[in-house]
Amino acid sequence: MTLHESVHTVAPAAARRGGMARRVLKNGQTTTGMALMLGIVLLAAIGPFLAPHLPTEIVGRPFTGPSDGILLGTDVLGRDVLSRVLSGGRLLIVMSVAATLIGLVLGTIIGVTSAYVSGLGDFLTMRVLDVILAFPSIVFALLFVSVLGANPVLLVVLVGVAHTPSVARVMRGAAMTVVTRDYVLWARSIGIPPFTILRAEVFPNIVSPLMVEAGLRLMWSVGTIAALSFLGYGIQPPTADWGLMASENRNALSLQPLSVVVPIAVIGIFTIGANLFAEGLGRIVARTEGAGA
Amino acid sequence: MASLANTAGAGATRTRPNGRRRNGMILPRVISGVIILFVVSIIVFFTTQALPGDLPRLILGVDATPDQVDALRVQLGLDRPPLVQYAEWITGVLRGDWGTSLVNGRPVADVVGFRVLNSFALIIIAMLIAIPLSFVLGVLAAARRDRATDHALFGVSVVVNALPDFVLGTLLVALFGTTVFRIFPPVALIPVGDLPWWHPASLVLPVMTIVLMATTYLYRLVRASMLDVLDSDYVQTATLKGLSRTRILFRHALPNAVVPAVQASSLVFAVSLGGLVVIEYLFGYPGLGTLLADSIATHDLPVLQAVILIIAATFFICNLIADVISARFGTRTRNR
Amino acid sequence: MSASHAAVVVEDLRVVIERDGTPIVRGASFELAPGEVLGLVGESGSGKSTLGLALLGFAKPGARIDGGRVAVDGTDVLSLAPAELRRTRGSRVAYVPQDPGASLNPRMSVGAQLREAVGTGPESDALIRRILAEVGLPDDREFLTRHPEQLSGGQQQRVAIAMAIAPSPRLIVLDEPTTGLDVTTQRMVLDTVARVTEAHDMAAIYISHDLAVIEHVADKVGVMQNGRLVEAGTMQEVLSRPAHPYTQQLLAAVPSLRGPSLREPDTAQSDPRPVFEAEGVNASHGHNQVLFDVSFRVQRGECVAVVGESGSGKTTLSRTLIGLHPADSGSMSLASRVLADRVADRSRDDRREMQYIFQNPYASLQPRRRIRDTLTLPLRALQISTGSSADAAVRSALDRVRLLPEVADKFPAELSGGQRQRVAIARALICEPTFLICDEITSALDVSVQASVLELLAELMDDGLSMLFVTHNLAVVNAIATRTVVVQRGRIVEQGSTRSVLTAPAHPYTQRLMADTLDVGAGVGSHGAEGASAHG
Repeated sequence: MTLHESVHTVAPAAARRGGMARRVLKNGQTTTGMALMLGIVLLAAIGPFLAPHLPTEIVGRPFTGPSDGILLGTDVLGRDVLSRVLSGGRLLIVMSVAATLIGLVLGTIIGVTSAYVSGLGDFLTMRVLDVILAFPSIVFALLFVSVLGANPVLLVVLVGVAHTPSVARVMRGAAMTVVTRDYVLWARSIGIPPFTILRAEVFPNIVSPLMVEAGLRLMWSVGTIAALSFLGYGIQPPTADWGLMASENRNALSLQPLSVVVPIAVIGIFTIGANLFAEGLGRIVARTEGAGA
Repeated sequence: MASLANTAGAGATRTRPNGRRRNGMILPRVISGVIILFVVSIIVFFTTQALPGDLPRLILGVDATPDQVDALRVQLGLDRPPLVQYAEWITGVLRGDWGTSLVNGRPVADVVGFRVLNSFALIIIAMLIAIPLSFVLGVLAAARRDRATDHALFGVSVVVNALPDFVLGTLLVALFGTTVFRIFPPVALIPVGDLPWWHPASLVLPVMTIVLMATTYLYRLVRASMLDVLDSDYVQTATLKGLSRTRILFRHALPNAVVPAVQASSLVFAVSLGGLVVIEYLFGYPGLGTLLADSIATHDLPVLQAVILIIAATFFICNLIADVISARFGTRTRNR
Repeated sequence: MSASHAAVVVEDLRVVIERDGTPIVRGASFELAPGEVLGLVGESGSGKSTLGLALLGFAKPGARIDGGRVAVDGTDVLSLAPAELRRTRGSRVAYVPQDPGASLNPRMSVGAQLREAVGTGPESDALIRRILAEVGLPDDREFLTRHPEQLSGGQQQRVAIAMAIAPSPRLIVLDEPTTGLDVTTQRMVLDTVARVTEAHDMAAIYISHDLAVIEHVADKVGVMQNGRLVEAGTMQEVLSRPAHPYTQQLLAAVPSLRGPSLREPDTAQSDPRPVFEAEGVNASHGHNQVLFDVSFRVQRGECVAVVGESGSGKTTLSRTLIGLHPADSGSMSLASRVLADRVADRSRDDRREMQYIFQNPYASLQPRRRIRDTLTLPLRALQISTGSSADAAVRSALDRVRLLPEVADKFPAELSGGQRQRVAIARALICEPTFLICDEITSALDVSVQASVLELLAELMDDGLSMLFVTHNLAVVNAIATRTVVVQRGRIVEQGSTRSVLTAPAHPYTQRLMADTLDVGAGVGSHGAEGASAHG
């Protein structure tokens, strides 16, 4: 009933909120990524119950090939590789998820608040984060591990803290585009308190980049923690761990490749899944943000 | 919609020339960079020296007598106030005196020196291959956007990018070193005193690992930068002026796409530095990474401090260079 | 005119969307003689820009030229092979884009880009200098080495025009080249275009949404709606005797600058106390002072227009009044109550009675919230208790802005720009305010939509609402404002009743604005009749 309206192409209903979940589930890349990750998580979760032998049990001579009951051969100490692979994911996955969550939560709070506050507070916060960013994440972790020892909680905290500046930067960037939008200014103009504005106006519009970051961060958490175990400063023997296995058995790469290749393949599948998910989601977000503005 | 960016009010005056804006942004960054480096050195020092429970005991072992422990403490200067220790250390570093190794008594500068050479040689050789390769692949992928080549490259990059460095390295070793083919040695043991490029065969696998990781990361950025430019208004104008595709590509598109890509190259250098620790350990390559691992194990404090400081400083400087490049040369491309 | 004399003959030009064949341009046909300017006017979505590009055989990615004929001096551009087409572009048919800041290569000097258009050769340097002089730009070496960012908007646009005319094309297509320029610069660019096309005997197509601009520069006019050329003819014919209903609608919707002012101050003021008063307000951005001693008042039922060009500080003024930008000094009061500087310090009543409406309807509504929730948010935030339920309040607010109740369940993305702007107004109205600050609220809307929004505002004023209307458009001021305040670089240079300010401006700045602002019906062929100040 509007008067003299010219014809505009109206953005399709898909630009609405609910449509995002549907689009993620229909996209080949994101679903493949999620499936891969889920598969590995299941493996890590129920693997220990399916293992034919104890991960620390010696079942034969070191570095022997596959045989009955020992489907993937034995490792450097003669333990069953299959059992160790089935048991070697739990700690890694749990620690990686925890470290990712720490990084995402801390990074988002810091980044978004910094964007809203802007000015000097923003500047100083970013410089403080720059200090952490001055270290490659592995070196950062090693710095503290070298003096404090390798305990799982410390590792989780360190990796989480190492993630924080990158997450903060991304979320700050995303929040800054939103914070200057007119609908946020309007909310301020009628006196809505800052925290409510951040929660109700800003946050819902940055969930998408947050999810993309989550995928990427998970990928890096697994990579970093596994690498630390590989170097010997992460999860300690005799615990079964995929990263540790890659290191323990690598001298016999030509002799008994399965003892190395299978654990790193499992790590690889998970990280590829996380990356696929993040990439696919990133593309979906780019397409819809372009149309909805 | 009205683009207010172009208006300058009545009596249109010239907008400020670029030079003043650009210079204004470099100096503060450099200054804050230096400050941050100092803070980094403080963190490195205090974490390693001031934090651990009882360093002398750790070094001497469990059966050391209290007297021996105390003697070592005095010898290492650990009985003095932490700030004094830091001051001595940092002034020493700036002077060129990095202390002596606790393991073999040699000057840290000597021990670290040739390791730095080895590590930088590795990365630089890798960058010499990776950067041109990334540019070629990035431009190619942009020119063939959304076609088979682009998708194939994208698929490979998603897989390779996701793999942690040691996974990729081990796979390459398995593929080319031990199991599938046996072309290259699985370890890169360069004898002490030899320059790394005297043993090219040993370098191949570690360099290949770094090149793969760097290229898959960098080509994406080059591609994105090219696409940004190809979609821009001024490229459309050039097309409407009737210019040839070649001219548009080389004279209009590339120069504008290069800047973000150069900035990204600096970042890639930094990222490779991060992966260096694991890659050197994997291949037994005598560089900073393996030195870091060793010095942690032997509690060789001065060496550990020196190595971490060098790695962090280089990493940070690369990021700073990228920042400065973008501040100096960056222009906003506005697209429809 | 027989085809052999026409420089340009377009027959049944069709452009569609690649993916699904939806038509963007539905069979346009017209002719142009050398030296003639055709003004192509239409609102957003009419297809006029697409048509302009198609004349060079170009379609944006995602669109495709589906058929038709574009004959320039006998040769059909659309039938040329790619290499031929490339040679034709720039040399036979040239294009001047809308946003020169984005269309000029930021990394190439002005001289280099001009040389690209002209080619190398012994004559080219002399040619470049001649052309630059023609468009009123300096022709020295210093200017040629500058980069686009170092030029003003008007200079950039004239470089774009120079680039287009240098090879002496037969047809030049100009796509909204003066949108975004201030009126004085716009006037200058338009005069340049008129002069140049006449001198070079070029046919030109001038695309715009602004009828006043078209009238000033074109000989013939074509009206586009929904991809169709619904009316075409000489300027005289179309403006005085429009045949198609859409053209009539369009003409009726254009606000008139020199017509009668629609609002007069009410001398028999029922309530002499002002609704809003600002006294000696100063404000800065960092170290630069932007507002200098601004004082004015708004009476009940009045609309006060704040007129200024970009850089005048009018937006800063609006933001300061609403408490989003700190004032350095001065006082503001609402209904004789002193207003605190910052919105957080203001009372709930103050925040309720004074409401702000933003310029960009695409950015002022939270995209993830339904309209209903957007409208009830201020009720909750300001703890306004509605006598009836919140639902009833929503329905009544939508009704007041002439939107159907169904709109409440939609998301902003499903509404047009005009509808969104009405929702923004409804969001303000639901608080039962006494005073509205309208910050360029019609500047981003099409002419017909703007007309309906202005009508709505007039109704609201009749109901007793007072408002401050910030704008750069003098014609709109004439249509809606009771009194007018003119701002130049942060200072009020003139204020008074709209009629007196517009018909007898006292300050030279206002006089210049009046002289340079184009108006429909000011007289066909009024090219450069009034004094357009020539600025470098």
